[in-house]
Amino acid sequence: MSEVLVPYGDTRGDAMVQVSFTLPMAHSKVAEGAAAQLANKMGMDPALVVHAKPLGPDHTFFVVYGRVNHVVDPSQVVVVERDYPLLSPKEVNAAIKRHLRRRLTVVGACIGTDAHTVGIDAILNIKGFAGEKGLEYYRELKVVNLGAQVAVPQLVERAREEKADVVLVSQVVTQRDAHLLNTREMSAAFRESYPSDKRPLLVVGGPRFDEMMADELGVDRIFGRGTTPGEVASFITSRLAPPRSTT
Amino acid sequence: MTGKLDLDPRTVRHARSLARKAGRPIVTMAKKHTTVSVERATLRLAGLGGADEEGTPWVNRLVDVVRADLDDRGGLEHGVALPVWDALLRGEGDDLLTLAQKAAAGSVTFRLPEGKDATRARAAARKQVDAGLRSVDARRRERERLIGRHGDAPRQPWIYLIVATGDIHEDIPQAQQAAREGADVIAVIRSTGQSLLDFVPEGATREGFAGTYATQENFRLMRAALDDSSKELGRYIRLTNYASGLCMPEIAVLAGLERLDMMLNDSMYGILFRDINPVRTFVDQRFSRQVHARAGIIINTGEDNYLTTADAVEAAHTVTTSQLLNEYFAKEAGLEDWQLGLGHAFEIDPAIPDSFRMELAHALLAREIFPKAPLKWMPPTRHMTGDVFHGNLLDGFFNLAGALTGQGILLVGMMTEAVVTPWLSDRDVALQNVRYVLDAAGSLHEDFHPAPDGLIATRARHVLGESIELLDRIVDDGMLDAIADGTFGLMKRPADAGRGLDGVAVKSDAYYNPASEALDAPPKAAR
Repeated sequence: MSEVLVPYGDTRGDAMVQVSFTLPMAHSKVAEGAAAQLANKMGMDPALVVHAKPLGPDHTFFVVYGRVNHVVDPSQVVVVERDYPLLSPKEVNAAIKRHLRRRLTVVGACIGTDAHTVGIDAILNIKGFAGEKGLEYYRELKVVNLGAQVAVPQLVERAREEKADVVLVSQVVTQRDAHLLNTREMSAAFRESYPSDKRPLLVVGGPRFDEMMADELGVDRIFGRGTTPGEVASFITSRLAPPRSTT
Repeated sequence: MTGKLDLDPRTVRHARSLARKAGRPIVTMAKKHTTVSVERATLRLAGLGGADEEGTPWVNRLVDVVRADLDDRGGLEHGVALPVWDALLRGEGDDLLTLAQKAAAGSVTFRLPEGKDATRARAAARKQVDAGLRSVDARRRERERLIGRHGDAPRQPWIYLIVATGDIHEDIPQAQQAAREGADVIAVIRSTGQSLLDFVPEGATREGFAGTYATQENFRLMRAALDDSSKELGRYIRLTNYASGLCMPEIAVLAGLERLDMMLNDSMYGILFRDINPVRTFVDQRFSRQVHARAGIIINTGEDNYLTTADAVEAAHTVTTSQLLNEYFAKEAGLEDWQLGLGHAFEIDPAIPDSFRMELAHALLAREIFPKAPLKWMPPTRHMTGDVFHGNLLDGFFNLAGALTGQGILLVGMMTEAVVTPWLSDRDVALQNVRYVLDAAGSLHEDFHPAPDGLIATRARHVLGESIELLDRIVDDGMLDAIADGTFGLMKRPADAGRGLDGVAVKSDAYYNPASEALDAPPKAAR
C-alpha cells in the first residue's frame, strides 16, 4: 500500500492550502462569495476568504485559506525526465575546459528565407532570454552568429571553416512547412559533406517544431517554444563534454 | 543630499576628466561619419513616413536608391540631402513621398549636385528639415504646457511601470490602469530583437515577441491615451520607449515628433549586448541624443545590464565608469543634467552578508557623483527565483534603498519577475510595496548619514577608485580598443565587426545634412 499525502499547514493531516487570485468583478459581498465558490470548486472546503481588495473599479484580488479535500499519491507520480542535467554557466565552462581543452564552437543561423532572428538571438546574444544569458556569455563557447537568410551551402561552408562543434538553426517562418523542408535540406547537406563521425551536432529550434521529430528530420535535437539558453548550453555540454559524474 | 560619503571633489573631477579624455576621440570619430539611420532620420524630420506594400519604410527605399545611384561616387558619403532635394528641384517628384515611390520603381536617377544646384538643394533641404525640428520644439512646449495644466508627478522618485503585451490595443488599457494605480511613467517594452532591425516598422501593431514594436503610430496612440489619463488623474503621465539598436536616430526623431518623454538610450548597450558595430553605434548615438536634447526628452542609460551579466559586487565600478562615459557623451550631445537618467541596479546576491549596505554604498555613490541627474534605479532580477514571498521582501529593500539615496526614477520591481509577465494583482502588490516604503520612509534620507569610516562610505570610495583605474586603462588603450578587448561586460567587440557596419560611411567634403547642421549649432537662448 502506498501512502497518500495531504498538504501540511501546522498539523499533520490538516490539509490546509493558501491561494490567491483575481476575479474580474467589482468588490462586494457577492464577489467574496464568488471567491469562496471558486475555492470550493477547487476542492477547498471550508474556504476562508481572508483578504479581498479592489483592484480598480472592475477587479478584486482575493487571498483564500482552506482545507483541501484532495490527496496525492507519490507512487502514482509520473515524471518525464530530461535526458541531460541542467548545468550552470560555470559548470558548462568547467566541463568543456576539462573535456575538450579548447573552446567549443557554436555556429548559429536562420536558414532559408527566414528573416526572424528573434529565436537565434535569444539563444546566442549575451542579452539572452527569460532571465538567462545567451551562449555568448559562456567563456568556453565560441559563438559565430551568421544571422538571417543564410543559404544551406553557406552554412555548411562556414561550419567547416570555423570547425564547428555544434550548428544551431532557428526557424520561425512555417508557411507551407518551410521549417521542415529547410531542416531536412540542412541535415542532408551536413551528412553529405562530413564523415558521419565528424559531423557537428545539429540542433534546430522554433515555435512550431514537434520535439519528437528529431530523427525524422535528421538532426540531433529539436527545441520548442520557450527554450532557454541554459537548456541549449546544458544539452550541448552533456553530448560533447559530459561533466564528470559525482560517483 | 550631497557630502554624505566624504568623497574628495578632486577625485570626482579627476574621474570626469578621464571620462572626457576617453570619450573625446569617439566624438571626433562620430562627427566624421554618417550612417543609413542618420540619413533616414533626416528624411523623417523632413516629413517622409509610411511604407510600401511589403512594409519597407519609404525612408529605407529612398536612402537605398540614392546610395546605389551614387555608388561610383562614394554612395552614402555625401549624405542623402543633396541628391534628394536636387531631384525634387529638378522636378522628379512633387514631394518626398512621390520621389521615394518613383525611386523605388526605378524611374528617378540621383546625382550629386554641384555649384549653384548644390546651394539651392541645401537651402531647400534646410527649409524642410527645419520645419520638422520646429514640430519637435512645438511638442516640447506642449509637454511643458500640459505639465503646467495637469501638474507633475507628486514626488520623487517617479514611479516607473512597464507594459508589454505585444498588442498596442491591449497595452493601452493596461497602461491607463497602471497610471490610475500610481504610475508616473509608463514604459512600453519593445518586441524582442527590434533593436536588430535596420528599419522602423510602420503602423499600429498587434503582434510582438514579449513586447510591442516601437512604431510612430504606436507612439501616437499611447501618448494620446496617456494624455487622457493625465487629464483624468490631474498629473502628467510620462511615456517611455527604447531608442537603442540599429535605428537610434530614427526612433529618437519619432519620439520627438510624438512627444515621448523618456527614452532608453545607452552609449554602449548595442555594442556590448547586441553586437552592433561600435562605429555605427557611436555615430547613431550622438545624433539620437542631439535629437533627444532638442526634444526635452530624459534619457535612461543601461548600466543595469552590466550587473545582469557580471557579479554586482565585482563589477560595481564598471557601472560608475559607464555612467561617467554616458554623462560625457550626453553632455557633448547637448543634454542637460536634468535629462540624464543614469542607470544602476539592485542586483547584489542577497545571500552575501551586508549586501544591503553595499547596495546603499553603490546607490549613494551614483547620487553624489551626479547630484543633479534623475538617476534611474532598477529592481532586482538576477536573484528573483520564483519564491514570490522572498521576492516581495527583496523589492521592499530595493524601494527602501531608493528612498534612502534619493533616486529620481524607480522602476517598480515585480515579485513575479522570472515567473510570469506581471499580472494585474502582481502590479498592485508591487505598487503597494512602493507606496508603503515611500510613505513610511520617503524622507528618511534626511536622517541618514553613514559613518565617515563605516562600510558604506569606505565601499563607495573603493568603487570610485576602481572606476578611476578602469578609466585610466581605457584612456591608455583607446576606447575602441578597450571595447574590442572585452573591457566591458566581458564581450569583445572589434570596431571592424558587428551588425550594421555596412550602413556606415566616412563623410566626404561635400557632405551635407541640414539636421546635423541645426543640431550642432549652439542652442538659441530664445527656444
